[in-house]
Amino acid sequence: MKNTDLPLLEARGVTISYSGNAAVKDVSLAIYEKKITAIIGPSGCGKSTLLRSLNRMNDFIDNVTQEGQILYRNSDLYGADVDPVEVRLRIGMVFQRPNPFPKSIFRNVAWGPTINRLPGDINVRVERALKQAALWNEVKDRLDDSALNLSGGQQQRLCIARALAMEPEVILMDEPCSALDPVSTARIEDLMYELKQNYTIVIVTHNMQQASRVSDYTAFLESGRLIEYGDTDEVFTRPKQKRTEDYVTGRFG
Amino acid sequence: MAANDLTKRPALGQRSASLRRRHLLAALFKACCVGLTAAAVAVLGLLIYQVAADGLPWLDMQFLTNFPSRFAEKAGVKSALFGTLWIVTLTALISLPVGVLAAIYLEDYAPPSRLTRVIEINIANLAGVPSIVYGILGLAIFVRFMGLERSVLAGALTMSLLILPVIIISAKEAIRAVPASIRLAAFAVGATHWQVVRAHVLPAALPGILTGVILALSRAIGETAPLIMIGALTYVAFVPAGPMDEFTALPIQIFNWVSRPQQEFHELAAAGIIVLLVVLLSMNALAVLIRYQGTRK
Ligand SMILES: Nc1ncnc2c1ncn2[C@@H]1O[C@H](COP(=O)(O)OP(=O)(O)OP(=O)(O)O)[C@@H](O)[C@H]1O
Ligand SMILES: [Mg+2]
Repeated sequence: MKNTDLPLLEARGVTISYSGNAAVKDVSLAIYEKKITAIIGPSGCGKSTLLRSLNRMNDFIDNVTQEGQILYRNSDLYGADVDPVEVRLRIGMVFQRPNPFPKSIFRNVAWGPTINRLPGDINVRVERALKQAALWNEVKDRLDDSALNLSGGQQQRLCIARALAMEPEVILMDEPCSALDPVSTARIEDLMYELKQNYTIVIVTHNMQQASRVSDYTAFLESGRLIEYGDTDEVFTRPKQKRTEDYVTGRFG
Repeated sequence: MAANDLTKRPALGQRSASLRRRHLLAALFKACCVGLTAAAVAVLGLLIYQVAADGLPWLDMQFLTNFPSRFAEKAGVKSALFGTLWIVTLTALISLPVGVLAAIYLEDYAPPSRLTRVIEINIANLAGVPSIVYGILGLAIFVRFMGLERSVLAGALTMSLLILPVIIISAKEAIRAVPASIRLAAFAVGATHWQVVRAHVLPAALPGILTGVILALSRAIGETAPLIMIGALTYVAFVPAGPMDEFTALPIQIFNWVSRPQQEFHELAAAGIIVLLVVLLSMNALAVLIRYQGTRK
């Protein structure tokens, strides 16, 4: 990989175990500012686990132990003086399964900015986030309805809007399009392109076309190990590893 | 492959023997459930009918506004009714915050240590301790040691002790039932632990917590033993004006009447039971209302 910029986020020899069973093994990778990094790999290979370690969401799982270092702008994300709340303000997340709050659509998006006293008019912020997430037209007349009445795909876009409303520096997306139809997926991909101007995005996806379409860098994980990491073009067209080639061309297993 | 050969399967209208057996089993199970439910309802209906037949003739405004008396015609439940309302209200005010905060602490904040486990197990054990034991404790601590005498406050504190384990356990269950994904979503938008609990965990758990609290209070309303223990079995011919006043309560009044030899007083007791039932049902209705309000939002 030829990038000589300073990475925004960097994992160094990260091993993450659940009750002693390693799910992520000795992974080192750098995530660059205002780029889209895709993490691909078979189910259960540790993608979500690795992603969660990047904004300290693994803190909430009781039996997790983590070794190695994760650096954010060259300082330890897990340092003793670091407030995890501050971390999650800068590094937002969209989860693998849609998890709206059992509250109104408006409250779902507005709650984060409100408790953190983000500047500006909250209505403007909510509208902007919902527009970015390609949901505004469907919900603009029923912002006070419960978010639980939305369809699965709409809920997922709501969760994207909720993350966007916080205007973090980095957005971690765990399969944000898994419940979306091709039209919404295309709109989310357009959104990612747009967001790249200002945000750094890490996306986990099972969709090879999506990874090759939207990402600048691609990391291929297999049973917890980082098999290959590089420019998306290279990973998809000239992979160095046989296993990567088998996976991206759908010939594995 | 033979088993999958569709041409060998019977026509759709003919059920196989095994399927018929399974349907029969399902019907049998349903009949059992209906039968047992009906039996329980019948016993309850019989009880209510008996009580109503004895008590209803005595139930009038006078019964509610008169104080207890030696003469059945003039006897009423005013002091007992107000005593019960005082006890329930004070008990709720004391046990609700203590119980819910304890449950939040145990579920959300307590480190998963041996001490925490010991505390949790003991709370579960306390729920099974006979109520008279709480009466003895209340007598020793509140009535004597703290010098509260036979006051409403001493009674409410004793009742709070009695129902706290139930409240804590049910509140813990309700809090635990809040999906982890909602907590994580809240943390992911930069919330602190308390903000997550306050804005998401408590509102989602509230219906369950309230159900537990109301059920526990309903139990407290019917309890007689601990109140007798702390000395509430006296003739009280006034309505408590404050938490330090003496009191009597509906179950005690009922107990009192039942233990007299005269038939009239037994019928008075039945009337008292009806009043107690009405108080209970109103509380349950209140719980339903609160839950409904809570889930509509
Ligand atoms: N909370 C947990 N407790 C114990 N083991 C876990 C936990 N979460 C994940 N694991 C295990 O860790 C491994 C990696 O899981 P992870 O969720 O990171 O996989 P993934 O790559 O995201 O899979 P998928 O593509 O199916 O989402 C799996 O073997 C999984 O069973
Ligand atoms: Mg995953």
